[in-house]
Amino acid sequence: MLDNPPSQTYNADQAAAHDNEPLLRTSTLVCQRDHQDLFEPLDLTVMPGDCLELLGPNGSGKSTLLRTLAGLHSQFSGEYKSVGLVYQGHRLGLDELLSPLENLAWFSGLQDQALDRSEALRLLARLGLLEQAHTPCQRLSAGQQRRAAIARWLMAPQSLWLLDEPFNALDVQSQQLLNELLSEHCAGGGAVICATHLILQVAEKTTVQLQPQSGSDL
Amino acid sequence: MKGLLQRELVATLRTRGSVINPLGFLLLSILLFAIADPGVRDEQSKDLSSVFWVLILLTNMLSLDAMFRRDFDSGALEQMLISAHMPFVAILARIFVHWLGSGLLITLFVPLLGLLLGLRPEMFLPIMLVLLVGTPALSLLGSIGAALTVGFSRGGAILALLILPLFLPVLIFGNASVAAVVSGQAYTAPLVWLALCSSVALTLAPWATWAALKISVEMQ
Amino acid sequence: MSGRITSSLKQLWHKLGSPRWFYEITHNWVRFFGVSALLLLTVGFIWGIAFAPADYQQGNSFRIMYVHVPAAMVGQSLYLGMGVAGFVGLVWRMKLADVAIAATLPLGIGLTALALFSGSVWGRPTWGSWWEWDGRTVSTLVLLFLYLGIYALREAIADSNLRARAAALVSLVGTVNIPVIKYSVDWWNTLHQPASFSLTEKPAMPPEMWLPLLVMALGFYCFAAHNVLSRMRLEVLRREGKTRWVNELFAAPAASQSTER
Repeated sequence: MLDNPPSQTYNADQAAAHDNEPLLRTSTLVCQRDHQDLFEPLDLTVMPGDCLELLGPNGSGKSTLLRTLAGLHSQFSGEYKSVGLVYQGHRLGLDELLSPLENLAWFSGLQDQALDRSEALRLLARLGLLEQAHTPCQRLSAGQQRRAAIARWLMAPQSLWLLDEPFNALDVQSQQLLNELLSEHCAGGGAVICATHLILQVAEKTTVQLQPQSGSDL
Repeated sequence: MKGLLQRELVATLRTRGSVINPLGFLLLSILLFAIADPGVRDEQSKDLSSVFWVLILLTNMLSLDAMFRRDFDSGALEQMLISAHMPFVAILARIFVHWLGSGLLITLFVPLLGLLLGLRPEMFLPIMLVLLVGTPALSLLGSIGAALTVGFSRGGAILALLILPLFLPVLIFGNASVAAVVSGQAYTAPLVWLALCSSVALTLAPWATWAALKISVEMQ
Repeated sequence: MSGRITSSLKQLWHKLGSPRWFYEITHNWVRFFGVSALLLLTVGFIWGIAFAPADYQQGNSFRIMYVHVPAAMVGQSLYLGMGVAGFVGLVWRMKLADVAIAATLPLGIGLTALALFSGSVWGRPTWGSWWEWDGRTVSTLVLLFLYLGIYALREAIADSNLRARAAALVSLVGTVNIPVIKYSVDWWNTLHQPASFSLTEKPAMPPEMWLPLLVMALGFYCFAAHNVLSRMRLEVLRREGKTRWVNELFAAPAASQSTER
């Protein structure tokens, strides 16, 4: 649920149907770069099932907001509280020397879990990467690498996804698949915050428009 | 931990150059020293063991820049800091694998290096022991500098300026140990100090590296 | 009761971190240290140069000591101070800590370089060479490189917030390492030069010789305090230039002066 911008298209009744612990809550959060405020204070509450579409002009701080929520950016005022999350930045987080499968294994290892190999292969198959499962990522195309990164979110146990321009480099078919996956994830009690220039084609979503801070010329 | 190590090892094996090139540098610089100082061929002259540790330090410096570079560029570093169950362990695994490819590898090459440097074969084992004890400190201390400069496009000079002063104790005790071995004296005292350097570095350096990586990741 | 003490301590801590509070309270300190430095340095210098007796071995050349020793002492202390500031900056994210590091760096580099230079000038008549690889010299040289490393790192990072954190981390790492480096260099020194002639630790320096040294050392410390504090104040003004209190500070002087008189 969203308190601040008026441009919301959210059905509050359905959120109550889910578990009522918020996955993420921010209060008067403002991110800064070099002591410059990037956007107007933000009050967000993200419940299970929410799908937030984060819009805003270039330089309005979409990426910085996601990085802040992921704990990668420490210059901010206000507060936020969040559960464990999956973050997808501009850099995919795939080791290009390793195959998609090995990357997934590394990621599971990072979280101190063993890789469920059959599950991983099933996901890669759905993403159309079964043939490339053992090919080092540096030999995959940009779109294929993107899809390999998607497998990482799907494998992760965390239910909150922070995605920064996930549609980049994807062809029309893959974009459609990603929209489907996002809808499924939210329907299954997960939540998504997605910074994008494309309009999300999901069943229900909330739009958050980041307002660039007045006086900021960024 | 096992999965993490496995990933690092596999990745290292797929970029053999990052390990082999510094080793080539080490051998080549020994060649250069031998040419610049023709006295090595002279039976009476001192051997080249005094340049041994200096060269190891420089070789280590060369390979340090690559320690986190690939992870930084690919975004794996971000993922490590966000999702790792214990980032400390992941960082330690990275440092350990760097040591395998630098310190341990050089240790294994001691017989070859020793022949080039005019050392007698019975000295090889003690010198290998000295390297085994001393080189972890280099990878550990070096990881702090590598982590701090990974966000710079050209961080080499700053890395050297930051790290070489910290390497000084390792150089002093390492060199003293090798010198003692070569001259046939007891080398326990400097070796114990060297071990102390490594263990202090082991307890403190990963934390500093962790803090440094968090700073570098914010540089984007 | 103890709760009240800790809460008032917390308040004090918070106050210490406030640039404005710092700016206001140090106003008089800067003057005090400036005047003391001027007095002590003048007295110490004249005393050391003109009145202290000549050394029976070195003649008059030992008088370089009155610059060399205080410069080396303060150079080291400043690095230690930076380490403390680094710790405070890292743990409590205090803005003032980075201001302190930034203000300390140039003076620390300058004094350490001065110590090396004066040592070299002193070494010429005493040791017969401009440069000896003496333990103390090596330690001071390493200290200079530690300073330069932080300086170079600060220059390389554009974002002020990250620059502050990186500099704080490196000062802290350097400070932790200084004892180890110093010890290892001393160890190396005894190994290679067992009969090194120690200049500053002569067992029996007469009071006429060490008293001016003490005055000079105090003078150097006061000068350093004056220099660092005034530079910190400038930096605070620069960083807080857009805040209200700074603007009021510079809008007000005309009014406040007229009421004072």
